[in-house]
Amino acid sequence: MDGASKEVPPRADLLVVNELSVYHGQLCAVDNVSLRVGEGEVLAIIGANGAGKSTLLFTIAGLHRQKTGTISYRGDDISRLVAHRRVRRGISLVPEGRRLFNSLSLEENLKVGSHKAAEGPFDIASIYALFPWMVDRRHQKVLLLSGGEQQAVAIGRALVANPKVLLLDEVSLGLAPIVIERLYEVIPDIVRQGIGVLLVEQDVAQGLRVATRVHCLLEGKTSLVGTPAELTSVEIEHAYFGSDLHDTPSASETS
Amino acid sequence: MIWVNVVVQGLLVGGFYALFACGLSLMFGVMKVINLAHGDMAVVAAYAAVFLAPKLHVAEVWAFIVIVPLFALVGYLLQRTLLQKAIDRDPFTTLLVTFGLSVVIENLLLEIYSGNGQSVNIGALIAKSWQVNSIIYVSYVSLVVLGAAVVVLGALQLFLSRTSTGRLIRAVSDDREAAQLCGANYKHIFGVAAAIAFATVALAGIAYGIHTEFFPTSGGGNLLYAFEAVVIGGIGSLWGTLIGGVALGIAQEFGAHFNPAYQYLAGNILFLVVLAIRPQGLFGRKGSLNE
Repeated sequence: MDGASKEVPPRADLLVVNELSVYHGQLCAVDNVSLRVGEGEVLAIIGANGAGKSTLLFTIAGLHRQKTGTISYRGDDISRLVAHRRVRRGISLVPEGRRLFNSLSLEENLKVGSHKAAEGPFDIASIYALFPWMVDRRHQKVLLLSGGEQQAVAIGRALVANPKVLLLDEVSLGLAPIVIERLYEVIPDIVRQGIGVLLVEQDVAQGLRVATRVHCLLEGKTSLVGTPAELTSVEIEHAYFGSDLHDTPSASETS
Repeated sequence: MIWVNVVVQGLLVGGFYALFACGLSLMFGVMKVINLAHGDMAVVAAYAAVFLAPKLHVAEVWAFIVIVPLFALVGYLLQRTLLQKAIDRDPFTTLLVTFGLSVVIENLLLEIYSGNGQSVNIGALIAKSWQVNSIIYVSYVSLVVLGAAVVVLGALQLFLSRTSTGRLIRAVSDDREAAQLCGANYKHIFGVAAAIAFATVALAGIAYGIHTEFFPTSGGGNLLYAFEAVVIGGIGSLWGTLIGGVALGIAQEFGAHFNPAYQYLAGNILFLVVLAIRPQGLFGRKGSLNE
């Protein structure tokens, strides 16, 4: 299953996840998953509700502990590092549901995001350049912003830390299509800085549009890996819903 | 004029309650920890003023210069060790741990200093007052305590709203995990909040010791008034805590005016009325630390 990444011209691997398993109590949420994200790459993780996507991102960010397997960043094993130290190394997560600081203003949210920032292209001014509407509303409490605006703040708050790997969890959840489109417009700008993006999407079409590679999870296991161009919609459907819908025995084995 | 005096005296007592309660309010607002040993920590500060300060050749009235930073340090260390361990488990454990601390502190004080009453001796200053007219006397000590409460709460509010550490404290209070995702070590931030809370409770404890005779078991009663001040004002709002303390003080003076036995009853009734009509408190918004 590393076949896909070998076809991509050799890029420095930023993030390598190796045979990772994560449990919620007895339940195995992520089962032996391996993946890698290189500079300027967008890896989309798709899968149904409960497939383990968010757990995978939380574990990479350091808020969950894996049971087995390793996570390495630029060649260093970071599996045992606490969350805030991973941020300082260069891994930022935009969590599902945005999780903004509701009693803080927009600008204060960005300031908290940047308080341990690494050297890099992003600062608060460049976030305002990315989302110009923020300038006029920077002193507003984030609770007064719309869902799409809050999501933009959440992305900005992660970017000002100048990550080398950006983890995006369900950016599109609960937002209107036009708003989602506008949010995804900034992804090329981000990738151009050499940042590797690992994004989780329930909206498969959206994931396929922006991704350079796709990684499908089914009940915690890798069910499909490939580039959007080489995957057919039937393959993706199998990998997304499981093989019991249409009885093609190859679906689980080719993964 | 009698009623003016009731309000003035209530205001003076309220200043003390507010000073006492702000640490409780801060620890609950940031860590969601209800520190049942809060009152006992104040009593420890008062004992420290009486017994520790002379050993360090500091006059009792200036004892706070040594004791306040010492308490800040103790607060930070206690938070990073015992309290953090309890928080890592669950809220109920935290409640039990602070209750246990309260019991241990009371008994240690009894063991070491006996059950005799003590007071922080500041000499003739304690009896001095400013006579406004034939009815209203304003005790200098009470006035200083009220002033200290306003300054401490104001400074704390400014610190929380204007400094980057204050911003981090509010962020951690809003969402601990999200703050970690921004690179914040929330355990350290918790420690800083505890240090501030303990510093204020030390100040309050010394003020209490100057005001009244205290015993190893004085903490519990004070904790109750601090709770009432916090709840009346609204959990998480520091100005609310000041107003809550003052409201409680005025209610008590009002009750005492009719019959000294009604002093605490009147305060408790105010507390219950606020709880019934406006459970979030006068200035409370749900959950988080304001402004």
